[in-house]
Amino acid sequence: MTNMKSPVKSEGRSKVSRRSALKGLGAVAGVAASSALMPGYMRYAQAQTSEPFRIGFQVHSTGIGASYGRWYDQTTKAAVKLINEAGGIAGRPVEIITEDDGTDPKRGGEVIEKFASQHKVDAVFGTLFSHVVIGSAPRAGELKMPYFVVSEGHHVASGGLNRYVFQPGITDVKSQVISLAPWISGNLGKKVTMIFPDFAFGHDHRDYFSAALAAQGGSISALIPIPPTESSFTKYFPQIPADTEVLYHVMVGPGVLTFVKELGEFFGSKRPQIFGFIDSLEAVDIASPGLEFLDGTYFWEAFPRYAGAKQTSFDKFYRSAVGVDDKGASLADPKDISTYSHMFGCWETLYVIKQAIETSGYQSPADKAKLIEAVESMTGFAEGNEHPQGEKTFVGKIHQAFGHQFISKVENGGLTVVHQTSIEDGLYEPEADYTTQSL
Amino acid sequence: MSFGPHLLLALLEGSVSAFVLALTALGLALVFGVMRIVNVAHGEFFMLGAVLAAALAGLFDLPPAIGFALALLLSPILVGAIALVADRLILRRLAYEPEATIVATIGLLFILQQSVLSLYGPDARSVAAPIDFRIQFPWFGYSGYKLIVAALAGVLLMAVWYGLKKTKLGLVMRATQLDSEMAQAFGIPVQRVYALVFALGAMLAGVAGVLIVPIRQAHYLMGLDPLLLSFAVVIIGGLGSLRGALMAAFIIGLSDGVISVFFSPTLAKILATLAVALVLVFKPAGLFGGRAQ
Repeated sequence: MTNMKSPVKSEGRSKVSRRSALKGLGAVAGVAASSALMPGYMRYAQAQTSEPFRIGFQVHSTGIGASYGRWYDQTTKAAVKLINEAGGIAGRPVEIITEDDGTDPKRGGEVIEKFASQHKVDAVFGTLFSHVVIGSAPRAGELKMPYFVVSEGHHVASGGLNRYVFQPGITDVKSQVISLAPWISGNLGKKVTMIFPDFAFGHDHRDYFSAALAAQGGSISALIPIPPTESSFTKYFPQIPADTEVLYHVMVGPGVLTFVKELGEFFGSKRPQIFGFIDSLEAVDIASPGLEFLDGTYFWEAFPRYAGAKQTSFDKFYRSAVGVDDKGASLADPKDISTYSHMFGCWETLYVIKQAIETSGYQSPADKAKLIEAVESMTGFAEGNEHPQGEKTFVGKIHQAFGHQFISKVENGGLTVVHQTSIEDGLYEPEADYTTQSL
Repeated sequence: MSFGPHLLLALLEGSVSAFVLALTALGLALVFGVMRIVNVAHGEFFMLGAVLAAALAGLFDLPPAIGFALALLLSPILVGAIALVADRLILRRLAYEPEATIVATIGLLFILQQSVLSLYGPDARSVAAPIDFRIQFPWFGYSGYKLIVAALAGVLLMAVWYGLKKTKLGLVMRATQLDSEMAQAFGIPVQRVYALVFALGAMLAGVAGVLIVPIRQAHYLMGLDPLLLSFAVVIIGGLGSLRGALMAAFIIGLSDGVISVFFSPTLAKILATLAVALVLVFKPAGLFGGRAQ
């Protein structure tokens, strides 16, 4: 391109000489070095016991996970405020250090490294998107950093990660779909076409739901993977076989409204039964224009967005602490919809970390092994203000929690719970045992 | 679904995306043709058009059709104004140097994207289509609004063509494109033409963004796809050739639609990228590019 014409000739371009640049750099380096010696750095040197626990929060502030990240952040702040008001963890305050990973697996690994070497945190938590978890977890293992994810993916429970990675705040996809399959095949139909995102999270759905459906005597009519960056969907719909009784959709990303709208245009009133995962519509108002087509369809929810007749006092407490109304929207702005079925995982995970620190007597990163073993020895959590989503069973061997799931019907521009699964519906034999790995 | 209806759906999808792509890519081709600037931030003007449309449509409690008409009118003007400011503050100061402006427009891309994230938020916002009806074919249904988008884009393309070929302003632009130094010698205010062309290019992307928003929603990361496709179009069509850009937009749009429906969307993307590579290797000036640069 050097020989392209540049008609307006440049004149008087500022010249930065090598000498002045070096001078400037030297000055910056000097300031940086001297500030490292300033007393602020050694604030806590004499006062070990009052030093806060530092928890690294790896959050999707930018990138395709940003809608979730914002609410994960709000929930985390609310939980930490409560914990600190109630005296902190083991008498010490909690400090959250937030780092954005851009919903990018490569950046995820770097963020873990930054937490370990620069912020020197006691633990890291909060990652959601499965590809970022898978990109970050190996580094957490190498750095021996306790890493609590809030991701839903089956990657923790599968045994594919390492001893430092836990998912104590939210049920994994495999358990979810196993517990839902009997209801779907019993109430909606046995011939299912699945539409799912073409990455780890979607593959979990594909593999475990197909198996769970076959166990119920149903069959998969077609599998339609969708690339994660897709923005239009009509071109996939001809692949839906005519004999499909149930269309199972799970999508993540900003394209979901388009997906539903185009589905409506394609099928009109002659649609199959439709069962979806609320992941698609987290942070989206069910009453948005174009979503009318979903009326009468069903959704999985981990935690019902609309406070229905069976609302518990714990849900009420949690909603008001986080700042969410009875329709799952922000108290400050009714158009700002939360990611209600996921963000409770941050809240509950923080209380698990608190419990683990307190029972293990963890003081400093030298005690990490004690912390890991304390979490592994947990067997479950009782429903309460600390676990508002409900009671959970925790399986230490696979580092995974198992809770109740909900099926809701879309009606009158909202969601109404029609079925709640039991924890036993979603339990499966552990496929791995992290506790045999060395610490 | 049998072959006939399958093909019909493929062609419908393909033509809608071709028309919108043509509008976006034309803006990029115009900016490159006249100013010799590779505007990497072009996709962000598309995104700004969509986001501003969503914001404007939701601002007042108007019926969808009127809110959308307002957005269709105001949003491209705002996008054009932002482009004018960018031209004044960034491009003119770099004296429109090709290399420097590439880096500068990459910077502009991030500034625009992150500003929208900060000010507007990460959520995808939907806008009700101004005219919403469903065309029921015997085999499947199709969005009527999508066909209206294609028609509107077609009208706008004709208007741009008319403006470039038949008006004095178009003549001035074409003169600047042919030889800017000579144009300046004849008293054409080249810098003003540049500013105008940059704004016009951004407005074309912006208007495409407004048209697409009832179909795809407004989201701060939506600018990447149209940017890549526009580059493919401009390279295949021949850098700076407007006619080439139009032809290439229809080739890419239609083949993308047909290949996506019959095979897979991933294959369509692979083939489009392959076509770009082949054109660069065997016909670097593009299929319809007249003069080699």
